Amino acid sequence: MRAPRHDRQGRWAWRLTGLITLLVYIFLFAPIVATVVLSFNASMFGGFPLTGFSLQWYAKLMTNEPVLNAFRTSMWIALVTAAVTTLLGVMVAFAMVRFQFPGKQTFGTLVILPALVPETILGVGLLVLIKAVDQPRTIWLLLLGHILLALPYVVLVVQARMIGISRTYEEAALSLGAPRVATFGEITLPLLVPAVVAGVLLAFTISFDNTSASLFWRPAGVETMPTQILSMLKISISPEVNALGTVMILVTIGIPLIGGLILQSLTQLRKRVGRKGNAA
Amino acid sequence: MTTTRGWTLYDARLAWALIAPTLLLLVVFLLLPILVMAVYTFFTFVTAGVETSAPTLANWTEFLTDSYYHGFLLKTVRVGAITAVICAVLGYFPAYFIWATSFRHKWLLLLLLIVPFWISFTIRTFSWINILGEQGVINVVLLKLGIISEPLPMLYTEGAVIMGLLHFLLPYMILNVYVALEGIDRTLISAAQSMGCTSAQAFREVTLPLSLPGLAAGLMLCFVLAAGSYVTPQLLGSGRDALFGNLIYDTIMGQLNWPMGATLSIVLFVLLGCVAAAYTRYMGMSQIMKGLGG
Repeated sequence: MRAPRHDRQGRWAWRLTGLITLLVYIFLFAPIVATVVLSFNASMFGGFPLTGFSLQWYAKLMTNEPVLNAFRTSMWIALVTAAVTTLLGVMVAFAMVRFQFPGKQTFGTLVILPALVPETILGVGLLVLIKAVDQPRTIWLLLLGHILLALPYVVLVVQARMIGISRTYEEAALSLGAPRVATFGEITLPLLVPAVVAGVLLAFTISFDNTSASLFWRPAGVETMPTQILSMLKISISPEVNALGTVMILVTIGIPLIGGLILQSLTQLRKRVGRKGNAA
Repeated sequence: MTTTRGWTLYDARLAWALIAPTLLLLVVFLLLPILVMAVYTFFTFVTAGVETSAPTLANWTEFLTDSYYHGFLLKTVRVGAITAVICAVLGYFPAYFIWATSFRHKWLLLLLLIVPFWISFTIRTFSWINILGEQGVINVVLLKLGIISEPLPMLYTEGAVIMGLLHFLLPYMILNVYVALEGIDRTLISAAQSMGCTSAQAFREVTLPLSLPGLAAGLMLCFVLAAGSYVTPQLLGSGRDALFGNLIYDTIMGQLNWPMGATLSIVLFVLLGCVAAAYTRYMGMSQIMKGLGG
């Protein structure tokens, strides 16, 4: 059943829809393509026309100490954020999907809130709190802030998967006398792996990309990747910024891709092992 | 329910134990800061970086009487509304196309919508400089073709800010509408057509009304995210195009006027909270969760 193409009017409307769709996709990707192309431009200035192919801006990045420092900072914050947020997210999703408890509805809304409150407000709020209790701004504040920001997304992703896992498997294990932790580790967690991987990747990118809130939370003198880019852009756009942008696109798209591939080979491996086990 | 070792299988106490660390994080890092911020709005500003806890209404009077702040508020609401509406108009077509297409690799179209979420927001924003700037694609091409003799001043305008916001928000809108469309029972449309509806009528009478919850969720999300933005006006706008988020940042990080910064933050929070509350009142939270969950 494809409704829209039944009559002449419908056919035209359908063509128009297709055309606008195409234009929207071009709109979404043209600036990114331009940035990647310009990062290989030999010209001194960050802009067109193209004057030749060059990797010099990438070479320059490799020796840019502030950029490398920002990269290291962002990397470890994103890794820790991903680990902690996923752990918290799995616990919350498990409680929300399997249990009934008083205040569940309210808690569910509260967990989503960091995704709906503008980052500027979250940013100011934490700073005011820190100031009120007279604590210095440390890297831990930045880390905890990132965990807060990533939490709603991880909870939603894990929750969506958890709903699809029948509780009868767990109940069977429990009724046969398996301890709770073992049941979770042996039954629930393996079934949850795709959501866990998705959660880790999501939390990693959210932390690695975060800009607005990080501008408030970072300790003096500490730059993360996005704030570093922002400060480089204060002067003007340069081929070096374009190169840095391209590297970051590779990192943030490459990591999910690699994650997806690992996941796929893991499932395949498990299938193979499972089959062998059955044969034996 | 099954009872094991003296406690029920789905004991609420266990659930509380599971959510306890997260609850603590949310209370200390989300609720408490908003509360402290609310208290801070009544503090007295002495000089940059210094304030006393002597209660005053000065911040609120200043906000309510100074047209400087009203201007920012109006501009933020205007830019947010324009962005959300354009997003709805432009986003409906791709969502409908992906839903209705017989193209076999539909997943690819959906994947392409997710890809921007994986690309740093800062990069997506500054990449517009390469399109709109004096040496950007548009100006260079138009100059080469001899259509213009001077580069058009497109960057650092309100239009550029809206463009950047659209670029960032369109995937949210498309996915929200798409999720709503996916939920429509397609036999309803066949039924309408078999009863003699033209495709336009079937769309107007069946598909469009049933997809409105997704459109509403998208509008709400786009408005809230646009009105709360900081980076986009900072990178693509001039000083005049600063939005409320930029005002808050400058008040706190530039002037170090914490009580006023807190006041402005609470204003933005209440404004966007009202929008979200009005939305939840009529639509419920479920649609927005579907949209966020992808």
